[in-house]
Amino acid sequence: MVLWIILGVVVILAVFVIATYNGLIKLKNRVQEADSDIDVQLKRRYELIPNLIETVKGYAKHEKELFEKVTKERSSLVTGSTAEKVEASNAITDTLKSIFAVAENYPELKANQNFLQLQTDLTDTQDKIMAAQRFYNSNVRDFNTKLQVFPTNLYGKMLGFTDFGFIEASNEETKNVEVKF
Amino acid sequence: MATAYTHASSNKRKAWFWLVVFVLFVVGVGYIFSLALDMPWILPVAIAIAIFQSGISYWSSDKIVLSISRAKEIDKKTNQELYRLVENLSIASGLPMPKIYIIADSAPNAFATGRDPKHAVVCVTTGLIEKLDKQELEGVLAHEFSHIGNYDIRLQTIIVILVGLIALMADWFIYLRFFGGDDDNGNWVFVLIGLVLALLSPLAASLIQLAISRKREYLADADGALLTRNPDGLARALEAISKDTEPLEVANKATAHLYITNPLKDQKDSKKSHFASLFDTHPPIEERVKALRDMSM
Repeated sequence: MVLWIILGVVVILAVFVIATYNGLIKLKNRVQEADSDIDVQLKRRYELIPNLIETVKGYAKHEKELFEKVTKERSSLVTGSTAEKVEASNAITDTLKSIFAVAENYPELKANQNFLQLQTDLTDTQDKIMAAQRFYNSNVRDFNTKLQVFPTNLYGKMLGFTDFGFIEASNEETKNVEVKF
Repeated sequence: MATAYTHASSNKRKAWFWLVVFVLFVVGVGYIFSLALDMPWILPVAIAIAIFQSGISYWSSDKIVLSISRAKEIDKKTNQELYRLVENLSIASGLPMPKIYIIADSAPNAFATGRDPKHAVVCVTTGLIEKLDKQELEGVLAHEFSHIGNYDIRLQTIIVILVGLIALMADWFIYLRFFGGDDDNGNWVFVLIGLVLALLSPLAASLIQLAISRKREYLADADGALLTRNPDGLARALEAISKDTEPLEVANKATAHLYITNPLKDQKDSKKSHFASLFDTHPPIEERVKALRDMSM
């Protein structure tokens, strides 16, 4: 009799642990998917920047320093952790702002359809990076909560799960970044 | 202070509570009717008919609503800015990209429809795009996304089925009891209760329906604020929409509950009594704005 009770308890515990394990795996995969969603947007930005430089170069040859700066920063969009890449993307937003400001001095460039489209595309990718980052963070929140609640917190670490870190918005980003001309 | 999270979960609990109350109410009324008439088949037959009727409208509700409202679909080329705002919210919420429709009307308003997130439609008026700034527009769209993510269209359908059930059974009761010929069946106590219910339950059913509808508006506000991390955008948008006095011409009583604020603009300026506000499809704008302003992210 006692043996059966013990066996029953063990089975129930095992089922419970398996269920939370599977739940955690599901949420972890969502976090990772959200992470690669951010990457997709970063990559898009990475690919747009050379086009912008080419277009601007045609009108404003003398802005060499800016071109070099943005080219250098661009490479950090695809290297390092996601948080670092997002940080790099924020830095690029600032540099891009200077480039757009420079465009003010070149009326022909300002009227260039291609340039205008690139400008909105680049602003849009930054919005999309921020949106993807918010989605990532809400998935991280769900995962961390599931891992930290009782009783999962007692054995979650033993199953090999650890908390994910949030990708924080830098101060610059929380301000309304809108370039008005 | 309450955060947007606690707002969202308490709203969810309240909506579920009302839904459970509603189901119990319908079953209770059906039970009393069947006792009063001595006809136990009433409830199951009424359920079958109500589900069949609503099933059809559920599958094609979006098409019906869009054609009543004379809405036109747009794509990325024709309206890039709106398309991108929606695209970004679909990324932030993790929901599939909905179709976007526009109603050519200068009254600012918006609604979402479609039976599930995969068939979702977001519809805005041209007035909304013209009169709101980017953050306000984003707030409104996020509210609509939350309706989609919360399966509010589905909930709405279930509620319509329940309201329809009550109306159907009440009609049958009156018909069968007083025009049915054979007057001997049923216990007279139940007949009396049944009569009172037949007269009052359709009203009670629509009151519960409206109460749930108002709860879902608060919930979509809270979730929308969570999505943009900017409750102020939606708060300002609601204020701007309510200050606009123009009624939306294509809206009517049947579609009014879908919109972000009541498109019929029939509210009077003087403060309404509590009783009158029971019949509103939407909570008062001031209270929605206040809830948003009190939210700490």
